[in-house]
Amino acid sequence: MKHNLILRVVSKFLIPLIFLFALYVQFHGDFGPGGGFQAGVIFSAGLILYALVFGVETAKKIIPPFVLRLLASLGVLIYAGTGIAGLILGGKYLEFGVLASTRVAGQHLGIVVVELGVGMTVMSVMLLIYFAFAERGRPQ
Amino acid sequence: MIETIVDITNLTFLTIAALAIARLRNLFAVVMLFSVFSLISAGLFVVMDAADVAFTEAAVGAGISTVLMLATLALTYSHKDKKDEHRSGHKPWLPLVVVFITGVMLIYGTSDIPGFGDPDAPAQMHVAPYYLEKSLSETGVPNVVTAVLASYRSFDTLGEVTVIFTAAIAVLLLIGGRRSSTTKNSDGA
Amino acid sequence: MELILGHYNYWLVIIIMMTGFYTVISRGNLIKKIVGLNIFQVSVFLLYISIGNVKDGAAPILEEGVSIYSNPLPHVLILTAIVVGVATTALGLALVVRIKEAYGTIEEEDIHKQDQSL
Repeated sequence: MKHNLILRVVSKFLIPLIFLFALYVQFHGDFGPGGGFQAGVIFSAGLILYALVFGVETAKKIIPPFVLRLLASLGVLIYAGTGIAGLILGGKYLEFGVLASTRVAGQHLGIVVVELGVGMTVMSVMLLIYFAFAERGRPQ
Repeated sequence: MIETIVDITNLTFLTIAALAIARLRNLFAVVMLFSVFSLISAGLFVVMDAADVAFTEAAVGAGISTVLMLATLALTYSHKDKKDEHRSGHKPWLPLVVVFITGVMLIYGTSDIPGFGDPDAPAQMHVAPYYLEKSLSETGVPNVVTAVLASYRSFDTLGEVTVIFTAAIAVLLLIGGRRSSTTKNSDGA
Repeated sequence: MELILGHYNYWLVIIIMMTGFYTVISRGNLIKKIVGLNIFQVSVFLLYISIGNVKDGAAPILEEGVSIYSNPLPHVLILTAIVVGVATTALGLALVVRIKEAYGTIEEEDIHKQDQSL
């Protein structure tokens, strides 16, 4: 959309705000509505807006697809790994109480780490699916 | 009283949007109406005090789903086609009868459900008060939905993350690469 | 009157559900079928959240001075269901793109004709 000046200027204002809002929703998921899924979807919506206005190639330069695949797998691994950490430290699988000194602190830590993993995976998955759809019709 | 009116108005708009989606033939209008439908349903979730669900439905339904459907429309209809659904040859009497019978049976079945908003309904009795009372002292997180999602029912969330990851792998396998030159319908792309 | 006041929510949701169901089974265009499936899913979410609603309740985020909360359990189930729903929609749309590349059309009757004439 090279000739659409209003879209380019307005999205340059809006996209950092969208990212900031996504990070807010992720880290305040404990105290208000929000959490991992919502934050991941909002973050990927910001990046999809960038890809729509400035082109898929430019968006791929910002965040190449192999980084996205890495982030998606890393998110699932963080989630499963927190469960295994519970096993190693003496509790059951996905028991968060043993992760820190007191039970409540361990639960809180576990919830924050797990939501981080979920947010990473959801963000990379939405962006991967969008890139796959956007790239399909182009000739070689 | 005002909440009931807002509820009924939202639900009426939702029904009108759904009926319009069933009747319209222009696919672009159908996708746009679907986005409107998702957004109104997100507003309805807010009226019913489900803040997290409204968040997710607005972001996912009116955001990601609509973008993917528009991308599919762009990939399946070329620029000069009219993006219309073909008129089918046969009349839809059998689907109408099936839908009517199912709807009547469902409405008859819901006459036994406790009324909307009843605080003594069986759904509010057994597990929910435990979560509402104990979650702050056991997990230290005031948002009960996040505490239940990430701590009490953590296995379900692990399964869900795996499902979305699997969907990404499947979509990449299906349409990951550029279109190959041996397809039947390469129309000047 | 009590019956109508207590149940109008469920009846309207069932009407939306049946509209989505009708779109899935009677329309031939594949994209429209997927939109109808999504309408059906959203109406099921509405049904669950209506069951969990409590009169004069607040959103289930614990804070001072509020004593009645809405039921948090349906919210959790529906959060998972929404995300799984978008995964299914993305996969269905990817399949539609591949069907278009293989058959040249996405109308169900033309696909059947091409299959039967093989």
